[in-house]
Amino acid sequence: MEANTRSTGRLPAAFLTPGSSSFMDFLSEHQPELLPGKRQLPPTQGVIEAPHGTTIVAVTFPGGVVLAGDRRATMGNMIAQRDIEKVFPADEYSAVGIAGTAGLAVEMVKLFQLELEHFEKVEGAQLSLEGKANRLSTMIRSNLGMAMQGLAVVPLFAGYDVDREKGRIFSYDVTGGRSEETGFAATGSGSIFARGAMKKLFRADLSEGDATTLVIQALYDAADDDSATGGPDVARRIYPIVTVITEDGFRRLTDEESSEIARSILERRLEQPDGPRAALL
Amino acid sequence: MSTPFYVSPQQAMADRAEYARKGIARGRSLVVLQYADGIVFVGENPSRALHKFSEIYDRIAFAAAGKYNEYENLRIGGVRYADLRGYTYDRDDVTARGLANVYAQTLGTIFSSAAEKPYEVELVVAEVGETPEGDQIYRLPHDGSIVDEHGSVAVGGNAEQISSYLDQRHQDGMSLAEALKLAVQALSRDTNGTQREIPAERLEVAVLDRTRPQQRKFKRIVGRQLARLLEADGAATEAESSEEE
Repeated sequence: MEANTRSTGRLPAAFLTPGSSSFMDFLSEHQPELLPGKRQLPPTQGVIEAPHGTTIVAVTFPGGVVLAGDRRATMGNMIAQRDIEKVFPADEYSAVGIAGTAGLAVEMVKLFQLELEHFEKVEGAQLSLEGKANRLSTMIRSNLGMAMQGLAVVPLFAGYDVDREKGRIFSYDVTGGRSEETGFAATGSGSIFARGAMKKLFRADLSEGDATTLVIQALYDAADDDSATGGPDVARRIYPIVTVITEDGFRRLTDEESSEIARSILERRLEQPDGPRAALL
Repeated sequence: MSTPFYVSPQQAMADRAEYARKGIARGRSLVVLQYADGIVFVGENPSRALHKFSEIYDRIAFAAAGKYNEYENLRIGGVRYADLRGYTYDRDDVTARGLANVYAQTLGTIFSSAAEKPYEVELVVAEVGETPEGDQIYRLPHDGSIVDEHGSVAVGGNAEQISSYLDQRHQDGMSLAEALKLAVQALSRDTNGTQREIPAERLEVAVLDRTRPQQRKFKRIVGRQLARLLEADGAATEAESSEEE
């Protein structure tokens, strides 16, 4: 056990023991203290204050899926960070957006990315999208102890399913419960408002461009009504992170692309503060 | 119970080395070459699924000749080592030098421990740098020694002959197609000097390509792209291979 990665000694037996293709399984046998879920929390009084990420939204369109998030992290009624990144590529064909305790969530994403990469390298093949979604479930479940103390992480997972040739979205609850969403989904404090906006704007035949506009509209509406969600910050040039996953893989919109969409939405909102209207019937 | 005969340490080591070398020689050789945009791995391998080359980490790849189950074990150990190190520190802290050292220690300990049989494997650990000068290639024979190589390396049973053939012909700054063709020529020479044909389906080819935009630079070259690179000659290849990217 001693000659681990810190020294240049021989690989310890655990490294050469045939076993699971999962990095988390390997860690839990070799160095369990490095797993976030194995951490012992000291008894605390009340809720621990830590920066929280807020709203993540996702929309499918024929040929892919769009996952986007605002840039604000809050701690109580304070803005903790204005330019936090909450949407990450998980691997070539999937992405994960996180709401909840930012520090833990970022750590979880890092481990999740590694888990997928490790599997791919060991097996020489990618996990199925379903398999990736289940792996994320397990990770959230292992965080349940901390979630009970107010340090919950609630991700949204989206990816292109190469077998079924379409974009898919999975949402989670704090216990790791997983459900597949059709069309659109949102998580985080502004999700109620974002979901309302998406419900009115979503159609099954959106183009990729429509879908990216839709998510920024939804984030605008979330920021409009939820103080913890940040809208496009024109003065500081901080715009939502928008990612698109298609057959060609993961792509993050450049700042120019997302600022262009955000600015044209802002322009329209100057005339019509509530945004596009849906037909009554 | 009879007392065992005394065997001198020199004799014991020589026997073990011979045992390992014979095992390695049973498999086919493979070559690793530097080219302008990175490092190319070429070997004869009839299997589509059981690879001789694989990705270890962002810029690091692994190649092995010898006994499959033994090098596969080392490969997975290396992936675990690299992933754990990157997770504990940072992705930049995973280096080919560190990995090669760990492999050398591991092979060396196994080789000199009387309780274990020596591994019948010969490894190459390579890391592609930002520039050709930054490329690193380490060759690790069965006994845990470590050799820092430049330009071209061959491992496996017929390695010496192939190495000398490559040393005479390999140049810095070759295109991928040129390097690939040189590698195939070297591999298809028999011990008695005659050439035989290795069809593209029996070739396993992979690259560490520094021009790839992704963080992970390892890529297998298969199917149409491989056929095109093998067909293309000299000057025409430059355009073709850059078109591929």
